[in-house]
Amino acid sequence: MPTLTKRTVACSWLAATALSALAALPAAAQQPPIKVGFMTVRSGALAAGGKQMEQGMEYCLAERNGMMGGRKVELITVDTAGQPATTKTRAQELVERERVNAIIGPLAAFEALAIDDYIRQVGVPVISPSAAAEDLTQRKQNPWFVRAVGTSAQANHALGEYAAKDLKLKRVVTIGDDFAFGHEATAGFQRAFEDNGGKVVQKLWPPLNVADYGSYISQIRTDVDAVYAAFAGGNGLRFLQQYAEYGAPVKVIAQMTTVDEGILKSMGKEAVGVISSGWYTATQDVPGNKEFAAGIRAKYGADPGYYTAGAYAACAFLDAAVKAVDGKVEDKQALMKALRSVKLEKGPYGEVTLDEYGNPIMNVTIRKTEEKDGRLQNVVIKTYPKVTQFWIYDPKAFLADPVYSRDYPPAKNLGQ
Amino acid sequence: MSARVLPFAVALAAMAMVPLFSTSPFYVNLTSQVAIAAIGALGLNVLVGHAGLNSLGFAVFPGLTAYLVAWLSTVGGIDPVAAALFALGGTMMVSALFALVALRTTGLGFVMITMALCQIVWGAAYRWTSVTGGDNGLSGVPRPGGAWLPLEKPEYFLWLCLIVLALALIQLGRFFDSPLGVALRGTRDQPRRMGAVGYDVWRIRFVAWMLAAAWGAAAGLLYAWYHQFVSPHMMAVTASAEVLLMVVAGGAGTLAGPLIGAALVVLLKNLASIWIDRWVMLLGFTFVVIVLLMPDGIVPGFSRLTAWLKRLRPTPAPKLVPRERADG
Repeated sequence: MPTLTKRTVACSWLAATALSALAALPAAAQQPPIKVGFMTVRSGALAAGGKQMEQGMEYCLAERNGMMGGRKVELITVDTAGQPATTKTRAQELVERERVNAIIGPLAAFEALAIDDYIRQVGVPVISPSAAAEDLTQRKQNPWFVRAVGTSAQANHALGEYAAKDLKLKRVVTIGDDFAFGHEATAGFQRAFEDNGGKVVQKLWPPLNVADYGSYISQIRTDVDAVYAAFAGGNGLRFLQQYAEYGAPVKVIAQMTTVDEGILKSMGKEAVGVISSGWYTATQDVPGNKEFAAGIRAKYGADPGYYTAGAYAACAFLDAAVKAVDGKVEDKQALMKALRSVKLEKGPYGEVTLDEYGNPIMNVTIRKTEEKDGRLQNVVIKTYPKVTQFWIYDPKAFLADPVYSRDYPPAKNLGQ
Repeated sequence: MSARVLPFAVALAAMAMVPLFSTSPFYVNLTSQVAIAAIGALGLNVLVGHAGLNSLGFAVFPGLTAYLVAWLSTVGGIDPVAAALFALGGTMMVSALFALVALRTTGLGFVMITMALCQIVWGAAYRWTSVTGGDNGLSGVPRPGGAWLPLEKPEYFLWLCLIVLALALIQLGRFFDSPLGVALRGTRDQPRRMGAVGYDVWRIRFVAWMLAAAWGAAAGLLYAWYHQFVSPHMMAVTASAEVLLMVVAGGAGTLAGPLIGAALVVLLKNLASIWIDRWVMLLGFTFVVIVLLMPDGIVPGFSRLTAWLKRLRPTPAPKLVPRERADG
């Protein structure tokens, strides 16, 4: 009875599949998804960065098939609108209503500071994908907070040394956005530059939303060796364009977001030759970045930049920590401990570890903006390995000083 | 009297009972935010609704208080309650100075001057980094209270906000009914006649300004305690515009209007965004609808709607009473 046998075989196969499916069901039910809150900005001036963050996050999760440590990830994305008060309410929504296991975000430093006390109170692990305010991992470090990007000044210390030692610049004018990020970045540059014999002879601070840089550019002294520019968002684009229109009398060295890949695609000749420093550029040759940059370019048609890499790294940090605790994210203390001792071998930043304050130790590169393969790219010319937020300074002495600001460290060589 | 008080009492009681029904503190905190916004909107309503002075710089009052209390209780190291009293006093003094400038004008001039005054304080908060922390703001603002009054808990803090809101409603309700309140509306409608009759228009407006400042300051105090963080964003032009939006959407000149406007704005902003990605568009759309359908605001709009519905309802036909014919 060949047919019968066939049927029996088919039946038993069906039964076996059904049984195994049934057996698998309770196992899946025991493992509810890991809930991850993701705070981005979809409206207002910061929305462009928010979009890149979402791309980095989406790419990271897709790469892991939506799983971390064997558990499905449920991503709850909220829009903070770039306002501190709204950010606080969104954080409450994530923690109290959605009961998330961890939060990735928010974007801006003032948003991160707005929820700083709150995350201390409720104790939820937060990984910052872009907020660079120095004190978050320095004088006001928070046990529940780690950062997947450097501090505002982290890469600028390196640029300061490079400008003085390798470029042999003597006198520099700084111009930067008049808010904490610009102040801190410029302060880091100034400190390392002056410690290596350079002099900052003029400091200019155009307001964040200034429509025209003309009145500031005309103030830039022309008897100096370079202009150091520290701009965020789309401001770098506008500054460099207008500076080129004024004939660009002295060359430009820049903080990383001034010529970030996110805005580099909108720039033209004016960006060529700008020397900058940063912990990420799409071209850097570290393990894992080639695949990452190519993947982002294939999926979204643009090079990854500061925000894309930051969000991806934050997601990768969480993934590594979840794996370290075998997916048991309900134990917040253990998850946070794993997060603080994260060590990644490869990825956009290459090898990266966290210092005891929860801030990454990673390579910082000096790059030159060049036209290659028909588009502008930041080509690496020097690498400073394993740079910490304290640069070469002693952490204790560093933390005893006031936080970097518009007036600290004081510029002693103005007007010379 | 009691018929007028009843709806407010019911609304406040419903808000106070949110912690009993809510499954998570999120909704309790959201209710606190509605209450704080409502106190601010009630303050602005004195100027916009009753004095006819449209201010686009109202955020300066809550902003000053919030910064003062934040600075005094963190950097200054003063007890939160004492810091609060100093902050309220300081705000009232600065407000009195501002009144000397702002009350020289009315109409469009007043809009611009209040906006400018607010921008000055915003600029100080933004640029005076060594004191205000710049755009990083001041964090770690302690809430008052202790073991006997755990204001750290969302429900206790909500009840504190509701008590202040109730005080605001009672005080303002009585003020609007008082002779001074009537005189204030007189200066709104006929300032020159009021002057001719012998009222000191400037002084009446000054009282209104200080009253608005006082409730704005109260809202700012609760704001600083609620968020435990202040930043220059709370004094941005958009923040002032948002309070104005609450008053206008709810119905300027009514007592319930600011309350409803505040609830609408806060809930749309924070609750709608959970389900709708394009919540900013929804916010805009809602206000366009309100302006089209109820140009005076929700509260006057609804009272007009009920009046209109009453007229629609067929009035019972008068009973035909057979009349004795005189000649019958």
